[in-house]
Amino acid sequence: MSTTPHYSRLDRRTAVKWMLTAAASAVALGRTPLGAAMAGAAKPAGKGYGTDPDLMKEYKPGDLWPLTLSDAQRRTAAALCAAIIPADAESPSAASVGVHDFIDEWISAPYPDQQRDRPVVLDGLAWIDAEARRRFSRDFADLDEHQAAAICDDVCHAPDAKPEFAGAAKFFARYRDLTAGGFYTTPVGMKDLKYIGNTPLPEFKGPPPEVLQKLGLA
Amino acid sequence: MPIITSSQAKLDYDVIVVGSGAGGGQTAYTLTMEGAKVLMLEAGRDYDPVKETPMFQDNSVAPLRGAGTPDKQAGFYDATVDGGWTLSGEPYTNASEDPARRFEWWRARMLGGRTNHWARHALRNGPYDFKPRSRDGLGFDWPFGYDEIAPYYDKVEMLIGVYGENNGLENTPDSPPGVLQPPPKARASELLAKDRMTKMGIPVIPIHRAVLTQRLDSENLPARLHPGNPKAQRVLAKAMSERAACFWATPCHRGCSIRANYQSTTVHLPPALDTGNLDIVPNAMVREVTLNAKGLADGVIYIDKVTGRECRVKARAVALAASACESVRVLLNSKSAQFPHGLANSSGLVGKYILDTVGGSLVGQIPLLENLPPHNEDGAGGAHVYSPWWLYGDQLAGQLGFARGYHIEFGGGRGLPGFGTGAGIDRFTRGSYGRRYKEEVRRYYGTIMWFSGRGEMIPNEGSFCELDPVEKDKWGIPVLRFSWKWSEHEVRQARHMTKTFAEIIAAMGGKILGADPSRRRAGREPIENGGRVIHEVGGTIIGADPGKSVTDPWCRTWDVKNLYLTDGAPFASNADKNPTLTIMALAWRAADHLLAELKKGSF
Repeated sequence: MSTTPHYSRLDRRTAVKWMLTAAASAVALGRTPLGAAMAGAAKPAGKGYGTDPDLMKEYKPGDLWPLTLSDAQRRTAAALCAAIIPADAESPSAASVGVHDFIDEWISAPYPDQQRDRPVVLDGLAWIDAEARRRFSRDFADLDEHQAAAICDDVCHAPDAKPEFAGAAKFFARYRDLTAGGFYTTPVGMKDLKYIGNTPLPEFKGPPPEVLQKLGLA
Repeated sequence: MPIITSSQAKLDYDVIVVGSGAGGGQTAYTLTMEGAKVLMLEAGRDYDPVKETPMFQDNSVAPLRGAGTPDKQAGFYDATVDGGWTLSGEPYTNASEDPARRFEWWRARMLGGRTNHWARHALRNGPYDFKPRSRDGLGFDWPFGYDEIAPYYDKVEMLIGVYGENNGLENTPDSPPGVLQPPPKARASELLAKDRMTKMGIPVIPIHRAVLTQRLDSENLPARLHPGNPKAQRVLAKAMSERAACFWATPCHRGCSIRANYQSTTVHLPPALDTGNLDIVPNAMVREVTLNAKGLADGVIYIDKVTGRECRVKARAVALAASACESVRVLLNSKSAQFPHGLANSSGLVGKYILDTVGGSLVGQIPLLENLPPHNEDGAGGAHVYSPWWLYGDQLAGQLGFARGYHIEFGGGRGLPGFGTGAGIDRFTRGSYGRRYKEEVRRYYGTIMWFSGRGEMIPNEGSFCELDPVEKDKWGIPVLRFSWKWSEHEVRQARHMTKTFAEIIAAMGGKILGADPSRRRAGREPIENGGRVIHEVGGTIIGADPGKSVTDPWCRTWDVKNLYLTDGAPFASNADKNPTLTIMALAWRAADHLLAELKKGSF
């Protein structure tokens, strides 16, 4: 047997999202040591949901496999979610809808993609907390907005990051993608994007005139 | 009527059908509606889309936001259960270590098989597609032309419901009046692409998909499909009346609990069961077809996956529709003194000339689609338009450097947000985060378009499957070993695809995402691996000459006159058109032939 698992993206819209995500995770995979190895980085203990899970059930993080983050790690994870997707006029913050718990579910999952992300996220959370203490003598979760921004600005764009921040920048990029994936799939995230589908309609009318006008197709 | 267990199987079936997907479903439907007693064997479990389809669940209530895993390889909410590129305990192998020569095999062990999640693209092959060798000297002709198969396309389209339009384009057949359902209106991104592509000379027309845009005409269609058969008409009228029209929500690949799209489990099997003439044994992993002293097929041996026991069932005829390569595997594993190299393999061609579709794709970000006024773009849960192959003339004149065409599937827009939404946009945002990032995600959401080419592969001597001399599955059944080769025709075709898509994206004012095809590393061609498009056909080639084909023009093996192949295995070529509709048309036609033989008492 010499087949390698590939995950087919049969739905083309999902395909696109995945091509983008794959591009992002390829960057994240070049793992750079960020800090001390974490005790929690051991392999997760749980089993997967198997090839025939109940598709009708509603799942939440922790239902299928044990979660990983300690209270302190969870606090850092939530703070970073809130820094990446804070509350604004349109929608609440990613932390307020529990996206950090989704990230915990993600890095705790017993699957290859998620296990590759696990040390990236755990080491990254340790790094950002250590960096906060080094610069401001506080946990990352206790920084004010300007202090948090001072750290995030150094790592938010890998091509611009100084060499000493290269590893942290890879972590940040991956964490931003996980935060976005967690947030924009929630009802408030979908509302933020003004996604108004997933509801039965009596007819499909096609794009409204104002859309066609904007595209120059009216 | 019933899903049964092995011990409930009867002794007097007319036909055993192996497999329950497009081919097996159509075969069982045609046979049972005309009164034949059928036993269907399915390797996977019973599956009911009406009860099991996650229609409106958003990704926030799925594990891992619905992302694909080795357990659910096309995403958590994809209809496929117990399936994927790899199956635990059911390996297959590749003869070559070269990644470019791999074949990848998607299987779905469940009632209805791959029809539960397919894209529902239902294109007819055209006249050229049945006579490719006569046209350009390559590959093989089929032993009949388009006119022979057209009535079966009509019947299948009326039965399953296909939306589309008659556009009168070359080698892109129209359907008779009243057969197709009205196509849905195109989405914004589809209209924008159409505008630019039309200016480039690339036609964009409604795609044909097996989705009901209105309810089936249950008063008139049954009589057109089953003239002179009041019972079949009554059964079909009831089945048709139980299918709703699309309500323009939820992606089709999840399956459809309101039966608006075609899957074997909602369209073929319910009326077939309702006739009282069909028994289905799920969890039945078929190993071999058995022969009687006269050299006729008299039944099959399968492993009951529930009890682990070997079971034997008998019938007057056997139809294999296990998926092209799985049917080949059953034949090769059915060895006897008469057929030491596998059943019906006197030609030595069983397993030869397997085919997939050439796949190449490109993704672009389209600034014109930014910040569009919000509107609902879910539509029919899949594509509304596509581009049929448009360069027949240039190609025949030898101007393209490759012999066969491709069609373009494409799309984009404001679909149901998933795990990848908002990801990977650093190159546009320079790594923003915070409130600015939220604004950027709003701006870029719905602006990504994908273009996929789906092209014809020409059969070649280097693409085949055989039994692996060593490897067995968990029931001890020898597994398939694949050999795969793309010829220069396919590689050049894939290059043409990506070049064309880059031009389309440029004409839309967009930016290509991912690797620029013009700067690809040497040796890495922009072509997907064999099997990746999941259009697996071939392996029991159909023909008019018993020395050069495995199946006769009726999809019946030359060697065993009561053994039929009613999946994609008989395909002599694999046109760019998605194969499922042709599989169903061939299966209906083969089942008609089988019925006539049963009536004549031929076996």
